[in-house]
Amino acid sequence: MPRKTRARSSRDRELLRQMLRIRRFEERCVELYSGEKICGFMHLYIGEEAVAAGVCHALTSEDAVVSTYREHGHALARGVPIRSVMAEMYGKAAGCSRGRGGSMHIFDAERRFYGGNAIVGGGLPVAVGLALADKLLSRGRVTACFFGEGAMAEGEFHECLNLASLWGLPVLFACENNLYAMGTALARSQAETDLALRAAAYDVAAWPVDGMDVRAVADAAERACESIRAGAGPHFLELRTYRFRAHSMYDPDRYRDKAEIEQWKLRDPLGQIRLPEDELAALEKEIAQELEDAVTFAEEAPIEPIEELTRFVYSEVRP
Amino acid sequence: MTTYREAIREAIAEALTADERVFLMGEDVGAYGGCFAVSLGLLERFGPERIRDTPLSESAFVGAGIGAALGGLRPIVEIMTVNFSLLALDQILNNAATILHMSGGQFNVPLVIRMTTGAGRQLAAQHSHSLEGWYAHIPGLRILAPATVEDAGGMLAPALADPDPVLIFEHGSLYNSTGEPGTGPVDITTAAVRRPGRDVTLIAYGGTLHKALTAADELAAGGIEAEVVDLRVLRPLDEATVIKSIIHTHRAVIVDEGWRSGSLSAEVTARIVERAFYELDAPVERVCSAEVPIPYAHHLEEAALPQVPAIVTAARDVVSS
Ligand SMILES: Cc1ncc(C[n+]2csc(CCOP(=O)(O)OP(=O)(O)O)c2C)c(N)n1
Repeated sequence: MPRKTRARSSRDRELLRQMLRIRRFEERCVELYSGEKICGFMHLYIGEEAVAAGVCHALTSEDAVVSTYREHGHALARGVPIRSVMAEMYGKAAGCSRGRGGSMHIFDAERRFYGGNAIVGGGLPVAVGLALADKLLSRGRVTACFFGEGAMAEGEFHECLNLASLWGLPVLFACENNLYAMGTALARSQAETDLALRAAAYDVAAWPVDGMDVRAVADAAERACESIRAGAGPHFLELRTYRFRAHSMYDPDRYRDKAEIEQWKLRDPLGQIRLPEDELAALEKEIAQELEDAVTFAEEAPIEPIEELTRFVYSEVRP
Repeated sequence: MTTYREAIREAIAEALTADERVFLMGEDVGAYGGCFAVSLGLLERFGPERIRDTPLSESAFVGAGIGAALGGLRPIVEIMTVNFSLLALDQILNNAATILHMSGGQFNVPLVIRMTTGAGRQLAAQHSHSLEGWYAHIPGLRILAPATVEDAGGMLAPALADPDPVLIFEHGSLYNSTGEPGTGPVDITTAAVRRPGRDVTLIAYGGTLHKALTAADELAAGGIEAEVVDLRVLRPLDEATVIKSIIHTHRAVIVDEGWRSGSLSAEVTARIVERAFYELDAPVERVCSAEVPIPYAHHLEEAALPQVPAIVTAARDVVSS
């Protein structure tokens, strides 16, 4: 069980701040979803915040992130402005993907955030390619690629680990093992459940991390990134975490025990770092304001005119 | 009355009961109850051997379905959506569709693959496309698109009885639709005339059939009697029913949720032009999805899809030209 200790450093404070932002953002999104302000598929990250906060903390602004449909946390921790994420949830023109993507497809070129990809495993080859470009251009960057343990059953996982390892590419494979792929428990779907062991089969440095302990995640990610930057090739972290909510807003969550969920909630990553009461209250207030501002912004933002529907199918600037 | 979803579920249950060789496999068909709740409750009734949850591995489990069919079983493979079927496209095209021919007729693949298709639920570009027209391009496959509750339930048994691979495309917006359940198997070789009319033929299938029927109602209010043909079988196409209707109405509007370029609607147009050019009193019109990846925002998605007003306008145009 991770220790519940006082914030010791500015890093601790920042990690807590990011986790709290993600949590409050998503709680608000649930309300907005009930009010039909947000539609479509929405996958919550609640419970897994330590992973995004810890991994993104280890990245520089030069690095890249490739994510999945469960990417609100990654986007916020990466610094994608909360306003543009919220406006995207609303499907507004001011959204980071101009309303075309929604919850599952957040993109932000400025933050090198290469999207929420909603095809399980679909982001891995993209990450390998980004890293290949960095390697060929000697850029010394890292590409962090988030995916769920479910993706490890897909062929693409195996093809990509092999390629990244073979070519010594600077990829951080961040596997969020929350134990379930929709309703399918890891042990019911994958023969070897020691995930780091499987990654290691491709000669990739790999180890498991307590994904509920944000400090442990940040430490591991820093160590991995340092090693990647030093030219040691791809690294794989199995981040052991848990989603407190259903797979998506459509999921009646029939396949797991309520007691199991309660058990994991005892290890809520937000409880790991304690702040003095007044400091915590100030932080909550700051986040509440940031959120309020984002919701107001999204509410008031104009929608994309229908005449613009066919834009961005082809590039507008052509030689 | 029953729902499209329940009709499919009952058809699966009946097939499992009738034939020991039949089993269902796919992602989350068991414990989760199916991502669109089609197989809800079947795990409890038939057990994990026959309601078989698979890992996320579309290529592997579709390929395994092909192998199991070759091995004497009658698998029903569920792929969550047509978008994810692309991970299994190699198996579907290079194995399922070709083995009979490549083996000189020695091995047939009696496999049924079911998947969801189509847009309308704000699921954005990776969950909303209508790619059945692509599959209809491939010789060796039979492609079905049930649009009614009766077809949803009645197409499974003949599909399982078919000696060759059959792909069934269930439009995601139809699962909650209700209708009379059929009395048994339906024909899976012909199109169906869903409404008779004399002035123009509206040709639709799957998710667009109901829009075409609504458009026909509106047209009737303005004195235009539209005949509505439901293609139902996208491959092999039932040309005869389409051509017969054209000979009757001399005008055609094709409604297709696929993109216009290279679409099934293009194929149907070509068949009409090839077979009934001199019967036409007006150029064929098409109402298709805009040529964009389907967007998330509600108003953009609506604008991207074929809608009733566009069908009505197109029909009026061909009638008045
Ligand atoms: C190729 C593909 N197949 C199926 C799906 C449907 N689907 C979406 S998320 C999901 C579960 C993925 O689980 P995991 O990779 O562990 O990530 P998690 O959702 O737990 O974060 C499934 C089956 C999909 N999006 N893409």
